[in-house]
Amino acid sequence: MQKKKNILKNKIVSSSLEAVSEIKDGSTVSIGGFGGIGIPENLLDALLKHDVQDLTIVSNHAGQGEQGLSALIKQKKVKKLICSYAFHKNSYIFRDLFLSKEIELEQVPQGTLAERLRAGGAGIPAFYTKTAVDTDFEKGKETRIFSGEKTVLEFALQTDFALIKCHQADNLGNLTYKGTAGNFNPVMAKAAKITIAETELLLKTGEIEPESVQTPSIYVNKIVVGENIELRSEK
Amino acid sequence: MSFDPKNNDLLLTPKDIAKRIAKEIPDGSTVNLGIGIPTLVANYVDPLKGILFMAENGILGTGPKPKEGEEDLNYINASREPVIPIKGASIFDHAEAFSMIRGGHIDIAILGALQVSENGDLANWTIPGEARGGIGGAMDLAKGVKEVYAVMKHITKDGMLKFLKKCSYPLTAKKVVTKIFTDMALIEITEKGPILKEIATGLNQELIEEFSEPKLIIPNQTSFISKEK
Repeated sequence: MQKKKNILKNKIVSSSLEAVSEIKDGSTVSIGGFGGIGIPENLLDALLKHDVQDLTIVSNHAGQGEQGLSALIKQKKVKKLICSYAFHKNSYIFRDLFLSKEIELEQVPQGTLAERLRAGGAGIPAFYTKTAVDTDFEKGKETRIFSGEKTVLEFALQTDFALIKCHQADNLGNLTYKGTAGNFNPVMAKAAKITIAETELLLKTGEIEPESVQTPSIYVNKIVVGENIELRSEK
Repeated sequence: MSFDPKNNDLLLTPKDIAKRIAKEIPDGSTVNLGIGIPTLVANYVDPLKGILFMAENGILGTGPKPKEGEEDLNYINASREPVIPIKGASIFDHAEAFSMIRGGHIDIAILGALQVSENGDLANWTIPGEARGGIGGAMDLAKGVKEVYAVMKHITKDGMLKFLKKCSYPLTAKKVVTKIFTDMALIEITEKGPILKEIATGLNQELIEEFSEPKLIIPNQTSFISKEK
């Protein structure tokens, strides 16, 4: 007798290295995290070992210290960085390569970055906002006045991949985050064609109460249990 | 004048400034605190005033700093310092946090400033020609909240004025600052012009005028900001 096929696609991947293996030269990849937490550190470490170049990275910051995104930038795998805070004093690896014109930078106000990703995930191609009006970031952009207030047109941001970090994932890909470690992760999950979630804990489907789900499973394509779950706060 | 503004005991300390700002926040306000002196403000707010602190990394209701050894790094504010959420706090993602900010739901942002102009323009994110700093959430906050309190030293280390007729540094936003808290004075930005509301105890009006480029409106009575000995 023929066995019934499980129609639910298995999203569990056995290693971080396997999880990032589809990332190609020229891919746009968003990376979650803010203030040293909610960073998919194992996926980032795997990306360091993955042979790929000319990446466009979307991140809140430009990497700090030596590890993670900084190490990726140091390997010269990143062609362009889209971020809200580029020149933190600890972002010296990015800074040096930026000054020697080896990496491009697009700085985006943090709320506009979050909203561009949200729009990208929600099928909204562009939106108007008053953030950055009358500043250098308005230059070259369409403006329009609504109710007497000047606003600037910003475009949605979609990525090929999102590397995100969660606290719990179930087998279907429903996610929860711990404390303020959610930050950019949920919105990046929505804006990516392929979202890869690194989790601290893997639960059976149904073990997360439906009303406790913070990222619904539909936004998640691959799940990997982080090989090293130790919180590594960037200094 | 013999007054040395670089190193003078008469200048307000960060703690003095934070205490003065804490008194200024109206009861029941929701407030976002920037990095630096602004984060100190939370330490001096009377808990009975019902003020709610919000951080753009996704927390409404940040509480006191945890004791050493009791920090949980999963709970941080936007200055990446560990915090304890208060009872009734809520936690959410970045898009939600900035919907609150950009949607006009936050009453006051207290932001560090590099320069402020007489009509309330704010420059606080970078210095021209230098690869330093970043925008972060400053532009969203400056345009999104109802009121911006700017916090800065009155002049730079090199003696350059920071309260100006027009900012020379790249702007964060135009016409947003309502009050400026410096180590010398409290200045209110109004339609009529900047009003010198308060002076640090021991300093005088002439001194503030000397170190401010715009012409200050001097009220009949100027009060003094107390300083801890």
